Amino acid sequence: MSEIVIVGLNHRTAPVEVRERLAFPVDTVGHALRGLRERDGIAGGVILSTCNRVEVCVLSDVGYKGVEHVKDFLAGFHGIPIGELSDHLYHYLGEEAVRHLFRVSSSLDSMVLGEPQILGQVKDAYGYACEFKSIGPILDKFFTKAFSVAKRVRTETRVANSAVSVSYAAVELAKKILGDLPDKVVMLIGAGEMCELAARHLLSAGAKGILITNRTFERAVHLAEEFDGTAVRFEELGTHLKRADIIISSTGAPHFVLKKQDVEEVIRIRRNRPMFFIDMAVPRDIDPDANEIDNVYVYDIDDLNNVIETNLEERQREAALAEEIVVAEVAAFLRWLDSQQVTPTIVSLRRKFDEVRQAEVAKALSAMGTADPKTRKVIESLASSILNKVLHSPIASLKRETDGRSPMEMVTAVREIFDLPEEEAEGAPEALVRPPEQGGNVGSQ
Amino acid sequence: MHIDLLKVTALFYLVGALAYLHFIFTLNERSAKLGRMLLLIGAILHAAGFVARYFVAGYTPITSLFESLSFSAFAIVCVFLAFELRYHLRVLGAFVAPLAFAFSVSAAFLPGEVRALAPALNSWWLPVHVMLLFFGNAVFAVAFGAGIMYLLMERELKTKKMGAIFKRLPSLNVLDDINYRCLTIGFPLLTLGIITGSIWASFAWGSYWSWDPKEVWSLITWFLYAALLHGRVTVGWRGRKAAILAIVGFCAILFTFLGVNLLLPGLHTYTNLSG
Repeated sequence: MSEIVIVGLNHRTAPVEVRERLAFPVDTVGHALRGLRERDGIAGGVILSTCNRVEVCVLSDVGYKGVEHVKDFLAGFHGIPIGELSDHLYHYLGEEAVRHLFRVSSSLDSMVLGEPQILGQVKDAYGYACEFKSIGPILDKFFTKAFSVAKRVRTETRVANSAVSVSYAAVELAKKILGDLPDKVVMLIGAGEMCELAARHLLSAGAKGILITNRTFERAVHLAEEFDGTAVRFEELGTHLKRADIIISSTGAPHFVLKKQDVEEVIRIRRNRPMFFIDMAVPRDIDPDANEIDNVYVYDIDDLNNVIETNLEERQREAALAEEIVVAEVAAFLRWLDSQQVTPTIVSLRRKFDEVRQAEVAKALSAMGTADPKTRKVIESLASSILNKVLHSPIASLKRETDGRSPMEMVTAVREIFDLPEEEAEGAPEALVRPPEQGGNVGSQ
Repeated sequence: MHIDLLKVTALFYLVGALAYLHFIFTLNERSAKLGRMLLLIGAILHAAGFVARYFVAGYTPITSLFESLSFSAFAIVCVFLAFELRYHLRVLGAFVAPLAFAFSVSAAFLPGEVRALAPALNSWWLPVHVMLLFFGNAVFAVAFGAGIMYLLMERELKTKKMGAIFKRLPSLNVLDDINYRCLTIGFPLLTLGIITGSIWASFAWGSYWSWDPKEVWSLITWFLYAALLHGRVTVGWRGRKAAILAIVGFCAILFTFLGVNLLLPGLHTYTNLSG
């Protein structure tokens, strides 16, 4: 019996030293997917490899043994003894696997809850699998469904809404204080990875330009080139400060670079046009009392971290809603998966042709007008025997499990060829007349 | 009939205000759309009621307290809808629509029958003078709403405790922009309203200015907004200061409009509560 299997590790189960050894660089994915398919009982697979997780999802025709196959494959491909790996690897089968992929692509399993990259990474993994033809209709449906679940989670909950990194929090605050950024100027005092990142985010959010100053002027010039901004001498900070709407500071100065009086003076020159100071330095560069001045907002690194923490708490609350969506979608997908089993497929295949037979017989009989019982019988048995003969070989091959083809994939193919209704439990009448759906909208309720 | 129509609009404003309040709590877009639709329908019915009353009474119905309150509500809804169209500021509805409801519902509790017009009021100056002032007041009502929003938002940003308000309200910059925009529209309306009133007074009462309580309070209101406009243009007042002045200014308007009528009788007292 076919089963969806996921084997992998992530940031919670494995340290980076292990994760990096197991990662699949882009140029090896094709080779790896081929290797995976060659294994017995593995019908197609997808490999997801990011810096936080490596996961292999396959359709196993050998049930639980598929887990062992994938583990072997991972160890073999990377040349790592299986013993070193097994402590870090987790595996999911069937319903658990469905839930896991839905949660991963909805970013509910991410290190930073709700972070947006993972969905793109899962889509890439799916794209490679399509490119290297290692994905059959079942896994195809599975992944397409995972994308639509992720989209639902994104639009129906606020799990990814508020900023959870310092630089995004800075952008969010800047927008709330200053409004649209396109006419706003950023000033960078000092240098540092975090404040350069914040500046970059502000610029990509549309800020008009950037002034850069540094005690070492050469460093300022260098950064200005990198940011396509203007370098300003540190001694002239006072004269240029008035041009800046957003000031990001991170110098190594042991005392305040900007005192409250300095800020008071500059805000007066600016005729109260608001200023947003982001103080990333420890010890701080900007007198926190300047926050008391009207139209001046001073946030230090702790303030930003508090904002992020509040936002993370909100995400956690929203995650509960998202989990409910996942539960419902898992149930719907499992219903569809069940319908892909052999027996219900044979039943609906028979029913479909039987309807055709009945309709055609009725049409023929009514065209003949009054038919004597004998003719009637001949026509009916003719129709039945054609039907049985035609259906014999498809049903036989459904029941047979040969040439390493997964029966489930076969079932899906048969359902597609004969246009059998999807997610049909016991032949609900509306399911029989519903047009076939293209793409991912399986079993959404 | 037209009185009932005017009272029904209060219901539309109520449900519209509730829809906007629902929107601000749940951020459900459909509530905001519903609120706008209800206010729009309310305003159309209101205009119909106003026109009907004009034909019944034979004069522009903005003389009694019932009529004034009712017309103020109409003006506020119109100005709000215009601002929403321009700025897409749906949350503003949660602050302004309840005000329109309060005005129209208090009108609904007042005697609304048509009375003979005092001879002194029988003039084309009546609609000009009163409508200028009422639309000016409505614009300042929007500035008042934006001012409250500004103070709420500013407090969250200053204390650095971002809560529900932070997510829902627009940026400080936009709110301050509305303050200024309202001032540049409302102040000329207020000024023209006072000037036309003064000219009319010279015909009707024989003197441009008689220091009647309503005139005094109008002047106080005018000076408040003049100070704000002057401060904005010359020394760059903005933000918190401007928001507070917009709130104080609107309180002065409310007193000029209602307080003076009820507490300080004078030349403008053509009406009182008993009708």
